Amino acid sequence: MGRVTLQNLAKQFGDVVVIPDASLDIPHGEFVAFVGPSGCGKSTLLRLIAGLEDASGGKILIDGVDMAHTPPARRGLAMVFQSYALYPHMSVRGNIAFGLRMARMPPDQIAARVEGAAKMLNLTDYLERKPRHLSGGQRQRVAIGRAIVREPKCFLFDEPLSNLDAALRVQMRLELMQLHQSLDATMIYVTHDQIEAMTMADRIVVLNHGRIEQQGAPLELYHRPQSLFVAGFIGSPRMNFITGAAAAKCGATTLGIRPEHILLEPLAAAATATAMPQSPPIWPEGIAGKIALVEHSGADSYLHVDSEMGRLVVRCDGDYQGGVGRPVSLWPHSAKLHKFDQHGMSMNHATQG
Amino acid sequence: MARRGSVIKKVGLSGVAWAIGFLLFFPILWTILTSFKSELDAFSYPPKFLVFDWTWENYEVIQQRSDYIGFAVNSLILSLGSSLLALLFAVPAAWAFAFAPGRRRKDTLMWILSTKMMPPVGALIPIYLIFRDTHMLDTRTGLILVLMLMNLPILVWMLYSYFKEIPEEIVEASRLDGAGLWQEIIFVLLPMAVPGIASTLLLNIILAWNEAFWTLNLTTTEAAPLTAFIASYSSPEGLFWAKLSAASTAAIAPILILGWFAQKQLVRGLTFGAVK
Repeated sequence: MGRVTLQNLAKQFGDVVVIPDASLDIPHGEFVAFVGPSGCGKSTLLRLIAGLEDASGGKILIDGVDMAHTPPARRGLAMVFQSYALYPHMSVRGNIAFGLRMARMPPDQIAARVEGAAKMLNLTDYLERKPRHLSGGQRQRVAIGRAIVREPKCFLFDEPLSNLDAALRVQMRLELMQLHQSLDATMIYVTHDQIEAMTMADRIVVLNHGRIEQQGAPLELYHRPQSLFVAGFIGSPRMNFITGAAAAKCGATTLGIRPEHILLEPLAAAATATAMPQSPPIWPEGIAGKIALVEHSGADSYLHVDSEMGRLVVRCDGDYQGGVGRPVSLWPHSAKLHKFDQHGMSMNHATQG
Repeated sequence: MARRGSVIKKVGLSGVAWAIGFLLFFPILWTILTSFKSELDAFSYPPKFLVFDWTWENYEVIQQRSDYIGFAVNSLILSLGSSLLALLFAVPAAWAFAFAPGRRRKDTLMWILSTKMMPPVGALIPIYLIFRDTHMLDTRTGLILVLMLMNLPILVWMLYSYFKEIPEEIVEASRLDGAGLWQEIIFVLLPMAVPGIASTLLLNIILAWNEAFWTLNLTTTEAAPLTAFIASYSSPEGLFWAKLSAASTAAIAPILILGWFAQKQLVRGLTFGAVK
């Protein structure tokens, strides 16, 4: 089993409060991602769970037992570090076996488990090598192997993919998801990359200044962000924010609309009838603007449009031909409009609920 | 033109470097040469550089007269013993400074180093009295203790700086892997710090080998190392240059040879393949 529960967990370094009060329940088998900008306390939270930092207050229950002041060695967790943190003086075999040796497991059992993990991670041919003779991806796999042989209650990942190149990162992402399915283990994953969080996690916990801003399934966070912060953090490219008179007309301080929820004029004519049954009351004529920049990513193009509402980003077809300077008219999808009050909190649910 | 200029510059610089090197080494070379001369040749003017009757006589005389081997064994035991003992205390101390820093880490480190700034004479009388009352005068145990304490600050500082270079995440990984404090130090930290520990140990052996103040003041015969051996040749027999040279050469030879073989270990170079 691997249930991790945080109760009013707090951490401060001297006078600096990093985590004021965090409570969270992670059931067995869940893949949870902690996301947030750098300095939001996500790594500190993970290190608190790991036992690498001492909690200033609160409880860390692992399978119901408070381990807030138990040394990391006895918490039954395994961690994969951003820098891999392999033991440079040991072979791959030595690295993977180290935790089992510390647990005084009989040598034949250690060998069997190491072989098993190596097979699973395609490391069989590299078992006798030293870490410095491995590529980045292989080192990453060794670090994961070191974690899985111990059969921990919970896996902790601290930005494990950020040192890999883009192609490898996507591949390792898939391998980690596969691993999660086959091991049926609890995993806590820290990342600043919201795409990693969106694609891999069962649940995302968004942190801001050490506080849990919002938690929920990836799509829930995408569709129903509770605050400006979450709205701006989840989704790529970022959500467009509109302030001023247009927002006031809707009774909000800020309006948010994602680039993928804005249509361009020529298409809008056809789409308004079907895809957008309720035409936005705020902009009956659409928003007029001029293209300032075009980003082509192949499948999609992103237009940066200077409009009367400020710079807006719009997603459109990858083959979009219009160039810089061309006048366009934008049609936000009214059902996808997010409203936020003066505190940056969402008003959508208040009105709905 | 530029290339030719740089070649000339390189040749010139190498020449200067060799000249300075030779100048620094010359006294030692001269001592070694003199130790193989007869007393007469050692005094001759103009001095004889290489053309003289080479002889082992001086070495035979000094061994017969003052038991070189006995002094050398003492030197070996004192320098090795004190360095190893100091290591035993310095490793945990350096670990604490590097991986479990408290609020007063800087102050404590400076305080440790500051003990090296006091002239040893200031502590001579109390230590002498303590040694007399505890019957540790002229014992190897007593000298090992004093030399250990003398070098401990340098050991702690050197090991601390080596440990600081070890990525903390590796140490943390071992903690999560279930290693206790001593397992972490023995299986993870020490193997990674081997080059640093080796060079620290070597430097301390050299320092302890050369230490003359405490060894001269706290010993007479039983525990006297080579420093006392040379000293016994310098004042009363100052005119016997060849024998003094032989004594000096014999005293520095072991440490020179050790230094020569350990050169590679002295050059630090452990690449941390584990990180990035």
